[in-house]
Amino acid sequence: MLKLDTINAFYADLQALWGISFEVNAGELVALVGPNGAGKTTTLRIISGLLKPQSGTVTFDGKTLNTEPAHKIVELGLCQVLEGGKVFTGMSVLENLELGAFVPQARQVKNQTLKHVYEIFPRLAERKNQRAGTLSGGERQMLAIGRALMSKPKLLMLDEPSFGLAPILVDQMFQMINEINKQGTTVLLVEQNVRASIDIAHRAYVIENGRIVGHGSGEQLLSFESVRSAYLGDSHA
Amino acid sequence: MLEAFAQNLVYGVLIGALYGLAAVGLSLVFGVTKFLNVAHGEFLMVGGYASFWLFTLWQVDPFVSLPAAIVSLLVLGAVFYQALFSRMVKLTEGVKIQNTLLIGFGVSLILQNLALKLWTADTRSITTAYSGQVFNFLGIRFPLVRVASLLIALVLVIALQLFLRRTYTGKALRATVENWEAATLMGIDIHRVYLLSFVMGAALAGVAGALVGVGYSIEPGMGMSWTLKSLVVMVLGGLGSITGTFVGGIILGLTESATGFIALMAGGGLTYKEVVGLVLFLLVLVFRPEGLFGSKEG
Repeated sequence: MLKLDTINAFYADLQALWGISFEVNAGELVALVGPNGAGKTTTLRIISGLLKPQSGTVTFDGKTLNTEPAHKIVELGLCQVLEGGKVFTGMSVLENLELGAFVPQARQVKNQTLKHVYEIFPRLAERKNQRAGTLSGGERQMLAIGRALMSKPKLLMLDEPSFGLAPILVDQMFQMINEINKQGTTVLLVEQNVRASIDIAHRAYVIENGRIVGHGSGEQLLSFESVRSAYLGDSHA
Repeated sequence: MLEAFAQNLVYGVLIGALYGLAAVGLSLVFGVTKFLNVAHGEFLMVGGYASFWLFTLWQVDPFVSLPAAIVSLLVLGAVFYQALFSRMVKLTEGVKIQNTLLIGFGVSLILQNLALKLWTADTRSITTAYSGQVFNFLGIRFPLVRVASLLIALVLVIALQLFLRRTYTGKALRATVENWEAATLMGIDIHRVYLLSFVMGAALAGVAGALVGVGYSIEPGMGMSWTLKSLVVMVLGGLGSITGTFVGGIILGLTESATGFIALMAGGGLTYKEVVGLVLFLLVLVFRPEGLFGSKEG
């Protein structure tokens, strides 16, 4: 479904990604894990078109995305949730969700999707007329994911959805992501919370210093000594 | 004496509505694009001339020809946007403001001199059959065309507010103001949003110009003063608040006329009237930088 082939990307003169290649198949939940500054967010920005690669190709459903502007990529069924959610704080919860269904094909089925999103996140239904700026961190994250779902994405990309959430909410968040995937949306999950991501992901890639350094199913990754020591702290236990 | 003062205040409100209308246009553009278009006053001047020539050459009533003023400024705005301003979209906010400021000065000089060449430096005014009509209320005079202008300005500001609150496109505009990256990820083409807000701002200036032409007078050099007034009002009202900006315009109009009246009574000249706006501007910047009606966040 989604394929990255030897992507090199720069921020000004600084190379952030070095020959990144990986793929996500339809129906999968794939995690991209690694430390802070490894290039996880940059990879998502390349896919969603916010940043253009210097070389390499991104293909989605057989279509090359390199030259597509970011707003067109959303229409193709790819939606990224930014780190921290970045909800529109001055607008109501409902307005945020409506904006999620901005692309023509999503707008046609807006009311149906809205019902579905409210089923996944009942809290949003309760707060629909509240200004998004008044929501708690967890609720904002739910709103951001709900807003992305409103665009009816085939592939949902999440950037650190558990970041800044209370531990009890983190578990809930991962369960919800798992649920969204089970209902048929392919998910690419970027996380620093390695254990929880690997638990729900079908496969995971490990990224370090802008390079993919490991790949496998959750179980396989957990057995990697480097992953265990670097991210799970097992060697110090 | 009291009556004369009240009369002055009424004139203040009437001109203030036009300050407000012009400032709402500038504020809309600045809020969405972070382009500081200092040629806004020249756009207003062009709107005034469009209306003036339609009336002088073909006797089209200035209120009937408002749509024509709107369309001319939509086109003019689009041309300048595509040719010059669109290149600034990707810059960071600070650089964007600096560069558009310079571009704006260039555009304003070009339009000013073009107007001077084409239409001479003469002060013009659109004088219709009903221009002199006035109605009295409690001994205070209300010039018909200026009252009509105020109503038109009010209707446009309310319409703009509804557009921003109720329509999908309006919401896309507000989303872009809050976070253009998140807006892009909703599938919103921010280049189109920028273009739209820029031409809408120009069109509002065009209407204001036409109304200035019928209620007051126009000349090629009027732009800078209107840009300054719009800037003052934009800061006064607070960014992001359309109604706040409009009310800010009326406050500026009132302050100017009150100061003018007091200065006149004290034996001073009317020139103080121009200074008071700038003093107000500085006071707001020092004591309430978010504007009288703006909110502190974002």
